[in-house]
Amino acid sequence: MPFVTCGDPDLESTRALLLAYIEAGADIVEVGIPFTDPLADGPTIQRANERALRGGTTMEDALGLIADVRRQTDTPLIPMTYINPVYQVGYDRFAARCAEAGADGVIISDLPPEAGREWIEAGRRYGVDTIFLLAPTSDEARIRRVAEASSGFIYAVARMGVTGARTDAPPEIGALIERIRKHSDTPICAGFGFSSASQIAQTCRDTSVDGIIVGAALIDRLENTSGSNEERSLPPPPSHAS
Amino acid sequence: MRTIDKPSPTSGETTDSAVEAQMDAPTPGHFGPYGGQFAPETLMVALRELEEIYEQAKNDDAFKAELSALLRDFAGRPTPLLFAERLTAHFGGAKIFLKREDLLHTGAHKINNTLGQALLARRMKKPRLIAETGAGQHGVATATVAARFGFRCDVYMGEEDTQRQALNVFRMRLLGAKVIPVTSGSQTLKDATNEAMRDWVTNVRDTHYIIGSVVGPHPFPAMVRDFHAITGQEARKQFQEVTGKLPDACVACVGGGSNAMGLFYPFIEDVGVQLIGVEAAGDGLNSGRHAAPLNRGSRGVLHGSLSYIMQDAAGQITPTHSISAGLDYPGVGPEHAHMKDTGRAQYVAVTDAEALEAFQLLCKLEGIIPALESSHALAYLETLARELGPDKTILVNLSGRGDKDVNTVQSFLQNEPRMNTDEHR
Repeated sequence: MPFVTCGDPDLESTRALLLAYIEAGADIVEVGIPFTDPLADGPTIQRANERALRGGTTMEDALGLIADVRRQTDTPLIPMTYINPVYQVGYDRFAARCAEAGADGVIISDLPPEAGREWIEAGRRYGVDTIFLLAPTSDEARIRRVAEASSGFIYAVARMGVTGARTDAPPEIGALIERIRKHSDTPICAGFGFSSASQIAQTCRDTSVDGIIVGAALIDRLENTSGSNEERSLPPPPSHAS
Repeated sequence: MRTIDKPSPTSGETTDSAVEAQMDAPTPGHFGPYGGQFAPETLMVALRELEEIYEQAKNDDAFKAELSALLRDFAGRPTPLLFAERLTAHFGGAKIFLKREDLLHTGAHKINNTLGQALLARRMKKPRLIAETGAGQHGVATATVAARFGFRCDVYMGEEDTQRQALNVFRMRLLGAKVIPVTSGSQTLKDATNEAMRDWVTNVRDTHYIIGSVVGPHPFPAMVRDFHAITGQEARKQFQEVTGKLPDACVACVGGGSNAMGLFYPFIEDVGVQLIGVEAAGDGLNSGRHAAPLNRGSRGVLHGSLSYIMQDAAGQITPTHSISAGLDYPGVGPEHAHMKDTGRAQYVAVTDAEALEAFQLLCKLEGIIPALESSHALAYLETLARELGPDKTILVNLSGRGDKDVNTVQSFLQNEPRMNTDEHR
């Protein structure tokens, strides 16, 4: 499950990336809506947010792009953002816009379910899944509460900290997933710090995780690759997009 | 690995009863609609632990006795209340009294809070403290308690602020803390807070984050207010002893709003006492270069709570400006937002230039070098003292001393020689 920051560095690049990931077999794609103060993100995704905002990317741009891509694919598309841009639009209107665009669910990194009651109701009203996070520090009471509030999947934070590529296998994710399974049948996807095939393979072998989210590691590679889309091994943007 | 079906809108696990359970879940830490806990999941258990430990501690006589003794013997409480005779005569209006938080150890009110939170961190058996700092006063106050109690300590400070408050950077290092310059974003208090939050999310198991103002997710706004309320409690008693009554107005500068909350809180039920917070208008409220969310901001979520913030229509946080690093912040404590809406407090703003003028005035008329932050409160006195008239009284929180600011003021006055006149002699 790849993550892209929408508009990094421009919308056409994001469109090309999304389609390439989907063609390469991504099960779900997360689309980051940029925010000036991404508290849960490490330096890589912070930089991606800065580039996207410098290019003027808005929430409407992101939802517009999701709507475009939705016309070409059934692959689930999940906007991921922070609470303040959503708060400004309004929970109800944001849920309605996500549903119209064909987004399947939404992740809001700094919205725990206690603060998200209105959001949960709006998501249900418009058929947009509300995906909440659980972390290695979450206790049983929180796991129960978050599992009840989550639909689509549960986002298991694989390690303490912010997003960013790491090379070691996360030591705590297996135990967290087993604790979540006691309270929920909702699929569990893990993210934060995944960067290599071997690390992902090991986590999939050692745990019952349903999906792995990779964000910063992919953005790192894009940052380190200059030149045209062909040189980046990306397909050229679809003709209707240019 | 199991394959994931496209999560269909109807496949959600949420049931009616689940939503009702969410509806019934407690929503602690609200001031009217403001406050709350908008925090990453990783921190939620730590926030609850902090809330529980604080609730225990504040009803524990041993905790209260230890904190009182530290405030007295280490920090230097109670601080005096001073009648500002020449300043009063200068304006020719209401009598002005200064609550001398500038005389506290480390030079500002911030130590009230860091002592309290350090005791809580020790109860939670966390060996490491982190803090964000703008002007450096909260960083110094955190480094100080870390040294006193033997905590490891890292302080996040915007790169721009490490330059304009270089003296405080050195003080923190002398006290054994590591100062980590923050180069992201605007390189000021907001970005230092972001980095401190990121550190906390990573190290929450062994680290306590001493937030330096009445901001952040619950329980910080109420807890930090309580630790600073000693200012208002002392001042209220002192004021009655000296004048036989309560002040007609309380005035304090507002960045995050901790010194103002500390002064105002014990007066909230005294409806005859006007409460006035002074924000940083920077180059002017209409210049677009200011740090006055209560005057020019709108509702939004920043750093864990709902309050007034500086943002654009899309909810992106906008840059701020103030000559005072401690006020240069796009958010404000949620309790201030509520007091603004209810009308219990009024919030005004003064410019950089007005604050600089008040800074010089207090130096020359009272022999006190005030912090640039506190100078914002002082700068509103001209208007207020004349408006109230000689029969009334004003209590001002002189929240910090200005030693840290002399370089900033010096360079500003060299560039603006007009301001260095003798008009206030």
